Amino acid sequence: MILIPVLIGIPTFLAILIPFIRSGEARGKIVYVGSGCIMAATVAMLISWGNQGAHSIQLYTAAEAVDHLMSLGDIFLMCLILYMSIRYRKVLPAVLSVAQTGLLLYVEANTSLPEAEHMMIDWLTVLMCIIIAFVGGFICIYTVGYMKGYHAHHKEYQDRQPFFFSMLFLFLAAMFGLVFSQSLIWMYFFWEITSVISFLMIGYTRTEEAIENSFSALWMNLLGGLGFSVAIALLAFGNGSVQLSDTVATGAALPLACLALAGLTKSAQLPFSTWLYGAMVAPTPSSALLHSATMVKAGVYLLLRLSPALHDNLVGLMVSLIGGFTFIMASMMAIAQNDGKKVLAFSTISNLGLIVACAGTGVEETVWGAVFLMIFHSVSKSMLFQAVGATENCLGSRDIEDMHGMLLRLPKLTYIMGIGIAGMYLAPFGMLISKWVALKAFVDSGNVVLVIFIAYGSATTMFYWTKWLSKLISQHHAREGVKDVTCRDEYVSMFVHAAIMLLLCLLLPFVATTVVDPIVAEMFGHSQAVLSMGVLTTMAVMLVSILIVPTIMFFVSKAARRQLVEIYMAGVNKGDNRHFVNSFGGDTHLYLSNWYLRFEFGRRHLLHPSIYLSAVVIVVIFCLLIGGAV
Amino acid sequence: MKAVIFVIGYLILAPFVGALLDGVDRVITARMQGRKGPCVLQPFYDLSKLFSKQMIAVNNVQLLLNLSYLGFIVISGSMLFGGTDILMCLFLLSTADMFLVMAASSDSSPFANMGAAREMLQMMAYEPLTLLVAVGFYLAAGTFHVGNIIQSAVSPVLYMPGMLLGFMFTSAIKFRKSPFDLSTSHHAHQEMVKGITTEMSGPTLAIMNIAEYYEKVLILGIFALFFINSSWWSWPVAIVFCLAIYFMEILWDNVSARLHWKTLLTSCWLVTLLTAGVNLLILILMK
Repeated sequence: MILIPVLIGIPTFLAILIPFIRSGEARGKIVYVGSGCIMAATVAMLISWGNQGAHSIQLYTAAEAVDHLMSLGDIFLMCLILYMSIRYRKVLPAVLSVAQTGLLLYVEANTSLPEAEHMMIDWLTVLMCIIIAFVGGFICIYTVGYMKGYHAHHKEYQDRQPFFFSMLFLFLAAMFGLVFSQSLIWMYFFWEITSVISFLMIGYTRTEEAIENSFSALWMNLLGGLGFSVAIALLAFGNGSVQLSDTVATGAALPLACLALAGLTKSAQLPFSTWLYGAMVAPTPSSALLHSATMVKAGVYLLLRLSPALHDNLVGLMVSLIGGFTFIMASMMAIAQNDGKKVLAFSTISNLGLIVACAGTGVEETVWGAVFLMIFHSVSKSMLFQAVGATENCLGSRDIEDMHGMLLRLPKLTYIMGIGIAGMYLAPFGMLISKWVALKAFVDSGNVVLVIFIAYGSATTMFYWTKWLSKLISQHHAREGVKDVTCRDEYVSMFVHAAIMLLLCLLLPFVATTVVDPIVAEMFGHSQAVLSMGVLTTMAVMLVSILIVPTIMFFVSKAARRQLVEIYMAGVNKGDNRHFVNSFGGDTHLYLSNWYLRFEFGRRHLLHPSIYLSAVVIVVIFCLLIGGAV
Repeated sequence: MKAVIFVIGYLILAPFVGALLDGVDRVITARMQGRKGPCVLQPFYDLSKLFSKQMIAVNNVQLLLNLSYLGFIVISGSMLFGGTDILMCLFLLSTADMFLVMAASSDSSPFANMGAAREMLQMMAYEPLTLLVAVGFYLAAGTFHVGNIIQSAVSPVLYMPGMLLGFMFTSAIKFRKSPFDLSTSHHAHQEMVKGITTEMSGPTLAIMNIAEYYEKVLILGIFALFFINSSWWSWPVAIVFCLAIYFMEILWDNVSARLHWKTLLTSCWLVTLLTAGVNLLILILMK
């Protein structure tokens, strides 16, 4: 499998190359070609792996030189964090970084681990690679056009585009490394890289807020990293093996809990959610990347890997409770947001909560649902972020209130946003199918709390998406039009995402049997058909109806002849549907606002209680594990 | 075969049954208020009058969205009466409602927009319970499949009385009955005119009414599902219970005043938790 080093190598090479290219145009071309190469390499790997029988393959037993290089890399990352912490006078990240790197080096020096494979390829890895290469690759292509518009809008920020592109590609490289790793020490190295890069990307604008938020992201992820290195230490001294597969097979509780903590921080679950919406200060492509293809998916990926070991034990209980709780609380907090990107951030946290809850339950059906959710979430979230970013460049605002009547002003972007939103919650799109499966599995495993969380959480999810959608389709003729400044490469990326989304929905049974079923089969040794034929037919009916009903109705309503009149207002309509005569005889401008329920669902009221509650859950379960079980 | 007959029956009869129920509702309501009220067939006259009116609209998409609302309600109801998955049916019902919300907010009208916002809130208030009811059926009958639920040896209601209570409470929202008729009501003298239907007139409004009739029968169908079991006499019993429940909703409508949205949301969520949640806990512990 020569292609693994190639897959990690191409983005790394691009990351090193790009800072040396000063011309924007040349850089853009290199990004196009580079992204294309990454996608091609992934496809090549997929084919060659398929030709070898599509089995799980373990690789690279002897790789001492790389081991040492990675130790050096760990030390370099620690020095970088130390430098940044000292420069901005932060104590916590420095302490955490020194502690974990020190611990890891101590373990490596004082244990002799048996020779074992360092990397592997199996179905889940391949799926992750496809997500990283295609969603991530198209985000990079989108970024070329986006950053032009971004810096045209934000003259106050220093243009550091080469650095930004370099970080994007390095991120992809780290993600490839992470999903291929079988040795936890290797995985830890890539894990740390993603933490540091996300820190650097969040701080891109170097404003006070950006720096503050980037450090908050850093310390939370380093806390997860500390959990990771403690887990490695426990495994190395306790089990004598730091293989991921051995960890799952032996299922020692405390190392599992530490790894789960790492997964929870990275996937921004409560109480560690604040870093993810703090990350919104960065330019949109980095949010798209963090939310869809990379960062948070790394956390979910780790939890999914551990999932078989989490079934029916205390660690699994912790993970699923935190996930379910995050699902409902984040969706409630999303209601009170009017900033488009913040809504997306909370929705990411909330959806990841559902995935984490599935992973924590750890039975075939929930893992099946979780994988499905992950696929759909990556595509539609990436698409939504790109659409919001492009809208922001056109409208100069990403406030949902300003998107009133966007269908008439920026139709193409509105359609893309609409497909993304529909994909996030509407029947019969993928998210809902996964929700169906998850609900059934939670009932089967007898987890009442999770069933109730999911019932309430879907209601609140419905509220904030519908609100947004109905804002978009309002037929409101604004006084002045908007010029669509979205570049062609941005549209290419968004259209491809939209096409993938629709195809995924149409080919759902196919995706289920060829991609998701093998993943589940590999993890649990066997798999049953999660969706019965009856359910599949029902879904087909729904899918056909969602495509056909509005189409037919479109023609029916078009055939109807009608007379258009003005809307009814509290006073006499001035004739433009924008002003009415008030009780003093003057004009009043009509302003329609969405309903945000700020006093009930606002972050100010819900965030701290939920952080404390979830922190207590984690602390209590850790105490139980340390005190009782081990 | 039986399923096909049921679906065709639903498609053809539901609007008539719904309109007839509406007519009876108006007579009973009038008698409760000491009035004579219209004749039972009044809803049919209303509908034919609405259809005969000139087509006046505030924009070009409202009719499309309203028709889609009708379409999805009909498909959702057919899924229930055709005996397929109840959870999917409820999911599709929410999708249908979403089209109504979009139809109302598509016109940028202040009153319709407020109505749409309240409709969303109402959806948020009743949705947890409907999902839990589906889960209740799954636990009681071992399947989400309606065709199999009606074959159970005993009526599901014996396992899920709490869910039935909760569903009776929240279905006042679906029937657009006081105290939960925030988004629109049968009377145009409320604080936001006619809420979501403010900008709908003539045929558009008629379509919305027909959709509501289909929905009414759909909701009563779910009520009937609580009582139906494998024996034939459970069917007439179910119909009697449905009528009784509908009468109780009318009674409740007439003795209560509309509530503030906060009371609606908290009371629905609380009732859901206390009835359906506790019921669910017991069912899972019994399993």
